[in-house]
Amino acid sequence: MELLYASCVGLLVSCGVFLILRSRTFPVVLGLTMFSYAVNLFLFASGRLSLNKAAVLGYSSEYADPLPQAFVLTAIVIGFAMTAFVVILSIRGRADLGNDHVDGQVPDNERNKHKNKKSKAKV
Amino acid sequence: MMDNLTFLPVLLPMLAGVLLLLPPFGKNRNSRRVTSVILSIITFASALALLLKVSADSIQVYAIGDWSAPFGIVLVADGLSTLLVCLTSLLGIVCTLYASAGDDEKGSFFHPLVHFLVLGVNGAFLTGDAFNLFVFFEVLLIASYSLLMHGGDKRNTRAALQYVIMNLVGSAVFLIALGILYGVLGTLNMADMAQQVSNLQGDDIYLAKIGGLLLLVVFALKGALLPLHLWLPNTYATALPVVAALFAIMTKVGVYSMMRVYTLIFGDEAGELSHMAQTWLWWLALATIVMGAVGVLASKDLRKLVANLVVVSVGTLVALVAVQSVEASAAAIYYLVHSTLVTAALFLLADLIGRQRGDTADHISAGPPVTQPRLLGVGFLIAAVAVIGMPPLSGFIGKVWLLKATVDTEYSLVFWPLYLVASLAILFAIAKAGSTVFWHHHVISTQKLTLTRVQPVQLISVIILLCGAPLMSVFAGPLSEYAFGAANQLHDFNNAINVILSGGQ
Repeated sequence: MELLYASCVGLLVSCGVFLILRSRTFPVVLGLTMFSYAVNLFLFASGRLSLNKAAVLGYSSEYADPLPQAFVLTAIVIGFAMTAFVVILSIRGRADLGNDHVDGQVPDNERNKHKNKKSKAKV
Repeated sequence: MMDNLTFLPVLLPMLAGVLLLLPPFGKNRNSRRVTSVILSIITFASALALLLKVSADSIQVYAIGDWSAPFGIVLVADGLSTLLVCLTSLLGIVCTLYASAGDDEKGSFFHPLVHFLVLGVNGAFLTGDAFNLFVFFEVLLIASYSLLMHGGDKRNTRAALQYVIMNLVGSAVFLIALGILYGVLGTLNMADMAQQVSNLQGDDIYLAKIGGLLLLVVFALKGALLPLHLWLPNTYATALPVVAALFAIMTKVGVYSMMRVYTLIFGDEAGELSHMAQTWLWWLALATIVMGAVGVLASKDLRKLVANLVVVSVGTLVALVAVQSVEASAAAIYYLVHSTLVTAALFLLADLIGRQRGDTADHISAGPPVTQPRLLGVGFLIAAVAVIGMPPLSGFIGKVWLLKATVDTEYSLVFWPLYLVASLAILFAIAKAGSTVFWHHHVISTQKLTLTRVQPVQLISVIILLCGAPLMSVFAGPLSEYAFGAANQLHDFNNAINVILSGGQ
């Protein structure tokens, strides 16, 4: 179980980091979302993984750590709000800057590619 | 009431923010402004009352919901955190006052957002729980995102987008660090963490080290330490100057968290992990000072120049944190208050100068003369003397003190020349900027300038900030005593832990 769990977190983090490093806002937002999923899973595991343990004291001899669950809940709420904000901000950026690049301008090589395509299409 | 005093600097801004959103203040501009200023004065008064109480009876611990220390969340008001809460509340007053001259109408919800930002910053200073620190960071960040967009244009959107993305990644890393530390230590109460760190064994030590250094990444991002400082100059230079003045305290939240984490948790008593971040902090701080000074020299407008001054002050503060002695911490506390007040004043002055120079705005180039050269010139002179660190103002005392605090450390041979050369660079840059802005004029006859004069509220708020510099040098004696007391509390490991874990008895 640990291996599966750890690989899931690792995969989500690596996908998230890859997407965050892209230059357009949409993949970056997706990457941030994935990263925050991975973080939530990771936080959840910080109380150690276990099966069939009560979350409330006094119902069994062994109990699961309730604190990470509270952490995850807080982290999910905050992460949700922040993702909503960054989505709105990206849309505003698309409108204000005329493109969806994180830097706010289309890099030169991409612009040239675009021009080449257009000129080829004309030919 | 008096028992709950510790909580008031957090509670009052929240109530103020909510109150200002309600209909009577949402519609009427004037009543909203007056109420906002009055509410921020009340917050400041509560912070001052807390300061008096803390200096009278030492550390105050407030258990939220009466859940005692390692299980519940506690707020800890000691000398350092209370002083910073006062400073934040004062900045809150100044910014609401200054914005009442018209800046608050450039977008919506300016006043509630300022109060929410003050709430987040005060909470981050007061909390004694690492996860709660994360929550307050998020509160202040989401308020800062919206304030950054207030009255913004295209450049602003770009800077805000980058700032938000950087900080979201930072928050995620913060959570990972907290997860690791909780998994290893089994607690997130800072005092309890400090106790548990020395009992770690085997591989857990390395895990805790990873967690601690990930925290360093987060705080370096919030505090704008090299190489994570790149967001700062753009963000601060494109934000509305009154917002940037308020943001002057936000980098200090990062520095403050470093002080707490690397002096209390990973400090003298942490066994194998003691002072683990010291070398990192030291060299990164030096590099930050250099980059900041280069940035100051290269700045083309006043606001960017001030933003780079913020970077230099962060570098200086972190270098002092890295020294980890009582004297260095005391110097850091004094310098922190001084640099926050002065950079905030400079942001506001840059705005006032920019408004009176038409299209040239705050660019450091020849342009139309300012309408009120004497008033603004004197203000700029005072702020410049203070920020450069020339006698007789507070900057000089702070600088001498921090040089004295670092004289015995092993790296002083690097720090002294580097810091002094950086100061010289700042002196040149500011002298050049000031003389260009005030003395190099185009004579423009065709272009008619609309005369904008400094409004009384703007003048009052700038004067409040500028008074800080002379007052801090006149009252340097009591202030340095206070700073020493606060630094002693910060470094007194056993006392702090006993007091916090026993619930402030």
